[in-house]
Amino acid sequence: MSQSMDHNAKISLRNLNFYYGKSHALKNINLDIPDRQVTAFIGPSGCGKSTLLRTMNRMYDLYPGQRAEGEILLDGQNILEKGADLNKLRARVGMVFQKPTPFPMSIYDNIAFGIKLYESMGRSDMDERVEWALKKAALWNEVKDILNRSGNSLSGGQQQRLCIARGIAVKPEVLLLDEPASALDPISTARIEELIHELKTDYTIAIVTHNMQQAARVSDFTAYMYLGEMIEFGKTDLVFTNPKQKATEDYITGKFG
Amino acid sequence: MFSLYARRQFANKFNLIASLATMLIGLSALAWILWTLLTYGLGGVSLEMFTKSTPPPGSTGGLLNAIVGSLIMTVIATLVGTPIGILAGTYLAEFGQRGWLAPTTRFINDILLSAPSIVIGLFVYEVYVVSTGHFSGWAGAFALSLIVIPVVVRTTENMLKLVPNSLREAAAALGAPHWKVVTMVTWRASKAGILTGILLAIARISGETAPLLFTALNNQFWSTDINAPMANLPVVIFQMAMSPYDDWHKLAWAGALLITTAVLGLSVAARILFRQQSSSH
Repeated sequence: MSQSMDHNAKISLRNLNFYYGKSHALKNINLDIPDRQVTAFIGPSGCGKSTLLRTMNRMYDLYPGQRAEGEILLDGQNILEKGADLNKLRARVGMVFQKPTPFPMSIYDNIAFGIKLYESMGRSDMDERVEWALKKAALWNEVKDILNRSGNSLSGGQQQRLCIARGIAVKPEVLLLDEPASALDPISTARIEELIHELKTDYTIAIVTHNMQQAARVSDFTAYMYLGEMIEFGKTDLVFTNPKQKATEDYITGKFG
Repeated sequence: MFSLYARRQFANKFNLIASLATMLIGLSALAWILWTLLTYGLGGVSLEMFTKSTPPPGSTGGLLNAIVGSLIMTVIATLVGTPIGILAGTYLAEFGQRGWLAPTTRFINDILLSAPSIVIGLFVYEVYVVSTGHFSGWAGAFALSLIVIPVVVRTTENMLKLVPNSLREAAAALGAPHWKVVTMVTWRASKAGILTGILLAIARISGETAPLLFTALNNQFWSTDINAPMANLPVVIFQMAMSPYDDWHKLAWAGALLITTAVLGLSVAARILFRQQSSSH
C-alpha cells in the first residue's frame, strides 16, 4: 500500500465488510484509491470486485438485505455514515455499467437528464455542455446530426459511449467503470480505453475488468481480489511484472481463473 | 435410429394438429358470436340509433341516451380510477420493496380484481345509493371506477416490473432522487404498457352490466344529469332483450353490436400501442 503514498487518496476503504443477506462478500478490505489515477480491479468471477465498486457510490442501497460495514472515506468524509445524502454522493461518484443503459429519451436528453438534476442553465449553455460531453466520449461526430433521435437507436458501442458521456456530463469527481467494454467490439473498446486515458487528468477512475491486458493497458494501479479478499494492490507495472503474491502471479499468468 | 426419428416426426405432427384444432375451436366460438351479432345487429343499426332516445314500446327510437350515459360514466370512472390505479401500481413496483404495506395492498388488490362485479354494485348501492336516497350516474361511475382501479394497478405494476433494474441503477447513479427515476425514466420506459392497461380497463367496464343495475339503474329519457338515474347501454340491452317487443329486440342487438365494436376497437388499439413499445426497445 505504500506505493500509493506519493499520490493523495481520493477514496480510502477502512475495514470494509459487505454482506448480501448472510453471505459475506467482502472481507476486511483496506485500500487507498489515489486521486486522478486509474485503479483497476481484477480477479476471477465472484471475487467481489463489482461488489466493491458498488459500495463506493452506495448503489447497493437500492436493494434490501445488502449492507456494508466499516468506513469508506471520500475526501476524508465517511460515506457509509447514516444520513449521508446518497443523491449528492452519486452526483460526485459517477458510474458506467457493463451493459449500455440508454434512457428512453433522445440522445440530447440522455445527456441533459443528469445535468438538470443539479445545475440550472440556459439552452445555449446546455447545448455547449452536451456537445462537450459527447466530444469527450468520442461520440459527437457520429451523433451531432441526430441528437433528437432515441438513444435506443444507436449501436451497442455508441450506446456505451453515450452512457460514458452521460456520466461525465455531470462532472463527477470519481468515475466507477464496471466492465465498461466487455460487451463491445475491439474498435469501440480501443476508443473507450483512449477515453479513460484522457479522462484521468480530471477524474479519479476505478475500473473493474475481466480483461488482464486491458487492466495492464489502462491502469496506473491494480488490485487483485479473490473470494472477497484483497490479495495484492500496487502499481500496475509492478503487479504485472513482479507480483508479490503467488496467487496473483498464477492468475495473471493464466494458471488459474 | 430410423424408428426413433419416425416416432418424433409423428409426435411432432400429432401435436401440431392437436394444437391447431384447439385453436380453431376457440376461434370458431368467437367467430360465431361475432357472426350472430352482425346478422341480428346490423338490421337494427340506423341513423336513428344515434339521434333518438330509447322508445316506449311500439314506437321507433334509438339508443342516444344510453350511449351518452355510458360514455359519461365510463369517462368519469376512468378519470377517477386511472390516477389511483397508476399511483398505487407505481408504489407496489417502485417503492414497496420493504415492509408489509405493499404485499398487503397487492393481496387486497388481487381480491378486488377477481371480485364478482355484482358484489361491487351491491357495495356501492349500500354505501352510496342508500345514503343519498336515489340511483344516480355518480353511483354508476363509482362502481365502474372500483373495477378500473385493480386492473390498472395490476398492469401498471407488471409493466414497471418489466423495466430492467439496470435502467433504475443508471439513473440513480447520476444522483437522481427516487421520484425522478420513476417519473422521468421508468414511467417513460413503460408508457405504452401502462396506456394499454388503461385501454383494457375501459374495454372491461364498457360492457359491465351488474355494477350498474343497482347504481345508475336506467333512464327512459334523455338526461345528462349525473345526479339522477342514468341510461346506459348494458342495462338497456338487458331490459330490451328481456322484453316481448320485436323493435326492442332489434335495438338490443344493435346496442350489443355497438359495444362489441367499441371494445374490439379498444383492444386493437391496445395491441398496436403495445407492439410499438416492444419494437422501440
